[in-house]
Amino acid sequence: MMPAVAFADGALEDTPLLSVRGLSYHYGRQLGCRDVSFDLYPGEVLGIVGESGSGKTTLLSCLSGRLPPGSGSIHYDMAGHGLTDLAGLSESELRVLMRSDWGIVHQTPRDGLRMGVSAGANIGERLMAIGARHYGEIRAAALDWLARVEIPANRIDHLPQSFSGGMQQRLQIARNLVNKPRLVFMDEPTGGLDVSVQAKLLDLLRGLVSELGLSVVLVTHDLAVARLLAHRLMVMKSGEVVESGLTDQVLDDPHHPYSQLLVSSVLQV
Amino acid sequence: MADPVIEVVDLAKSFTIHARDGLTIAVFNGLSLHVRAGECVALHGPSGSGKSTLLRALYANYKPDRGQVLVRHGQNLVDMASASPREVLAVRRLSLGYVSQFLRVIPRVPALDVVAQPAIDLGTDPNAARDKAAALLTRLRIAERLWRLPPATFSGGEQQRVNIARGFSVDYPALLLDEPTASLDAENRATVGDLILEARERGAAIVGIFHDAEIRERVSTSIFDIQSAKRAA
Repeated sequence: MMPAVAFADGALEDTPLLSVRGLSYHYGRQLGCRDVSFDLYPGEVLGIVGESGSGKTTLLSCLSGRLPPGSGSIHYDMAGHGLTDLAGLSESELRVLMRSDWGIVHQTPRDGLRMGVSAGANIGERLMAIGARHYGEIRAAALDWLARVEIPANRIDHLPQSFSGGMQQRLQIARNLVNKPRLVFMDEPTGGLDVSVQAKLLDLLRGLVSELGLSVVLVTHDLAVARLLAHRLMVMKSGEVVESGLTDQVLDDPHHPYSQLLVSSVLQV
Repeated sequence: MADPVIEVVDLAKSFTIHARDGLTIAVFNGLSLHVRAGECVALHGPSGSGKSTLLRALYANYKPDRGQVLVRHGQNLVDMASASPREVLAVRRLSLGYVSQFLRVIPRVPALDVVAQPAIDLGTDPNAARDKAAALLTRLRIAERLWRLPPATFSGGEQQRVNIARGFSVDYPALLLDEPTASLDAENRATVGDLILEARERGAAIVGIFHDAEIRERVSTSIFDIQSAKRAA
């Protein structure tokens, strides 16, 4: 028998993009999430599943810099600096990071879009925020991204208000990916959409994530969405991670009583 | 003798069902097995004896209670039972293929891309990957007019053949087959037998469940009786 050796595949990166240790957040005396730790590597999609009120969105808000963690640490692999404690960044440094390196896809497109400006401006604004000034190039990039998210080019000057829910969500995705972020946070990206629209969006997301090599933290209560998009899962209950591991292992061989309940509660179609 | 490609050491698997007051069902215990390049081990035992459970544990789809599942991955042996998710996924991408009993259909993805995807994920030129996918679909008698359609509406046999084509689209050094011929007619069973023999000839190590005695005798180099393995434990 050959000895089992430590894993040393050159294709796998050694440095995580995001490293979280002991993260907790309380709303006053009410627990939001407690003692969450994980590493997210480049190209990995981490799904966070659990019922509403389990702390998924609180955790996502802490990770994406929208809520200051009560305790614990978040380190991010900043270009040129290596793993950096986000708590040590100034407000403006954090904003620059969020604009240039990160994307946030909200469940409700209205939260992630500017409803008062055109579809093209929604995409172009992100490029301008990181320094793009050439109108022709910005418009070309906006057209390219509209095509990639399957929105007809002749809608470029329309307001998002005139778009269907599915189109608004695809526009929000284009707006978030045009900057080529390394890390994208997604909060129930397919929630509230018809299943046929969901399927299109999922297919699109799956393709873009693998094509762009994105790292994603995906919050969803839909286990089918998690199975399709996530490489690995964390199951949350009452603010804590009760089980984590490879997506198909957690879904097909759940160990924690709550994970078993969650998986067995899904209706078969 | 050559080193094994798959080596199972003292593997135990049980299921604890919390909704039934923590009822525990032991499936196997102390199970050891090794498969070398060019070998095809057929798992044998009645329905419910744990054949599929063992196959899924080899693929890290099920998490064993104890023991090791060592799989050759490049120059290394990786223990699928203790590897991190991304290590497991790397082994699955490059070194360990799996043909399940049923195709998991992804909405909107055409059959040809379902088959070509594993090779594309490994960096194969997409056109070359689709050419190979087309050749496999042709051999498995999937009509060309279906290649551009998502397999959701295909018959059970057609879906299974798409699934098999996908499993053989990359020349994995190790391959797991869960009843690959279950819903196929005689001609297609024979084709799948050919594919398995070709995989053995190029040096693949294979573990499979074959209910069909004819195909089992044709492709397997040894029989692993899961019940006697359990009794020995």
